[in-house]
Amino acid sequence: MTPARSPVQRPGDARLLVVGADGALTHVSRGAFASWLRPADLVVANDAATLPASLCGVHSRTGRRIEVRLAARDSLAFEDVSFGAVLFGEGDHSTPTELRAPPPEVRSADLLALGPLTARVEAVLDHPRFVRLSFLGDAGRVWAGIAAHGRVVQYAYMAAELALWDVWTPIAGPPAAFEPPSAGFAIDWAMLGEIRWQGAGFATLTHAAGLSSTGDAALDARLPLPEAYRIPAATVGAMQRTRAAGGRVVAVGTTVTRALEHSAQLHGRVVAGEGLADLRLGPATPVRVVDAILTGTHEPGGSHYDLLGAFADAEVLAQADAELERRGYRTHEFGDSVLIWRRPRRTWARHAA
Amino acid sequence: MSAHVQTPHPPLRIAVTGGTSGLGLALVRGFLRRGARVAFVARTASAVAAVAADTGANGIVGDVARKDDIHRIALQAGAALGGLDVLVNNASDLGPVPLALLADTDCEDFERALQTNLLGPFRLSKALLGALAGAAREGRGGVIANISSDAAVTPYETWGAYGASKAALHHLSHIWDAELGAEGVRVLSLDPGDMDTPMHAAAIPGADRAALQRPEVAAEGIIAAVLAALPAAQRVSP
Repeated sequence: MTPARSPVQRPGDARLLVVGADGALTHVSRGAFASWLRPADLVVANDAATLPASLCGVHSRTGRRIEVRLAARDSLAFEDVSFGAVLFGEGDHSTPTELRAPPPEVRSADLLALGPLTARVEAVLDHPRFVRLSFLGDAGRVWAGIAAHGRVVQYAYMAAELALWDVWTPIAGPPAAFEPPSAGFAIDWAMLGEIRWQGAGFATLTHAAGLSSTGDAALDARLPLPEAYRIPAATVGAMQRTRAAGGRVVAVGTTVTRALEHSAQLHGRVVAGEGLADLRLGPATPVRVVDAILTGTHEPGGSHYDLLGAFADAEVLAQADAELERRGYRTHEFGDSVLIWRRPRRTWARHAA
Repeated sequence: MSAHVQTPHPPLRIAVTGGTSGLGLALVRGFLRRGARVAFVARTASAVAAVAADTGANGIVGDVARKDDIHRIALQAGAALGGLDVLVNNASDLGPVPLALLADTDCEDFERALQTNLLGPFRLSKALLGALAGAAREGRGGVIANISSDAAVTPYETWGAYGASKAALHHLSHIWDAELGAEGVRVLSLDPGDMDTPMHAAAIPGADRAALQRPEVAAEGIIAAVLAALPAAQRVSP
């Protein structure tokens, strides 16, 4: 598939491949998404705003240039300014991540001077480019520093540098994501009205979507990292009403799917509150509470694609891939979309909501 | 991980622009007095630090007239408050100082008034609308209060740049309020009346200050209107 290189979240010609529960494939305009909903269905989206998670500066001990990409946080709390982070060496986003120079050798207790911020390496995790770091100073100053000095994580395939407003979804609220929850690019305020007009509902959760790629095979194999999320009580209530009325839960993106399924797995049902999604979903882990996923077009390989296996069989996904390829769908963050309705539950699948 | 305990009446989360002087500062103090959590925005770092230290509110340095500052402000407000129930777009620009006939108004002064009084509130409201609509879905309400003026409806001579920008903001408020009804977000256009503020002094240097309303008094009216637009469960007593 061809990458979408222009930072337009909702191009007028965006397309949607609908994969039915029976495996039937239908091509429609993505603007028609709401017409696939029935009364009592519920659309759940990730309202995380995206942080400018790329911070450039100097590794104090060696004086060498370093780029820090914030990648994970254990909670969504304001006071929590400790992050998992991936390190890069000289160069910038115009070089594909896999070709970037390695970062200087970083040790525990090293300091990183990142514009107005100072970060201390708390630990080198199980890879020399993967660290836990804490910013020094009070939380307000740290967030102000990230806002002032951070840049949006860039993609080498994009024609121009992305600004924050390019990557915040229309419904973005709490600043929590490290890369945009880009499935939500499809949904604007007019579409919320169309969803309502169909008699369906709309709810949100906040999920700290992490890095999609580090340019290192060993690191990429760890993705997605555990991701903090928060599910509001109102969303749990809306899901219960949807279930009671025979409606279906449509997750916008892999992050929403991970959060809801993690909560259901941990508690036996989706509960309100914060959690840390550390599960991997795939063909062997059928979804329990999500009935469909609206997401970008993901190429085979990688955790995003694996997750689709929790909704549809491999043969169906292969047919869908062939269709996306043949019809010239655009891929990556600003690309076209797929809507996959979950295959019928097998008799052994537990039902929880 | 255990479920997070939900408190029945979490404090209101409020952001105020232009929060270091005049009406804005009075709003910061007034909302804090009611137990709200408040973040405020202003351009001058030293003034922001002083008000933050004095009030305990969360200070954000930024200029709503600058497009590049909007998402940085929204990010810091969202991080500090963990969401948002009320945005007060209070920061305002008079246009030319001293006030001038429109024919004598420099285009740059008019543009700055539009950036501060119209485009800034539009951009910041748009950037924070996701947070406000989220609060509304959670039953907390969601209010955008745009500070207007009688100059928005009455054509006072020499108030052209300010009056035109406030008239546009006033109209925008009403259209947006109609559009956002289904999301549970209210957009109010509120006129505090003439007040003894630095802006008033710049507009009418010779005014009898004693005859002017104190900003603290005007703030009470604004706060009452904002609280009245919130769901009953969210209304805090004065």
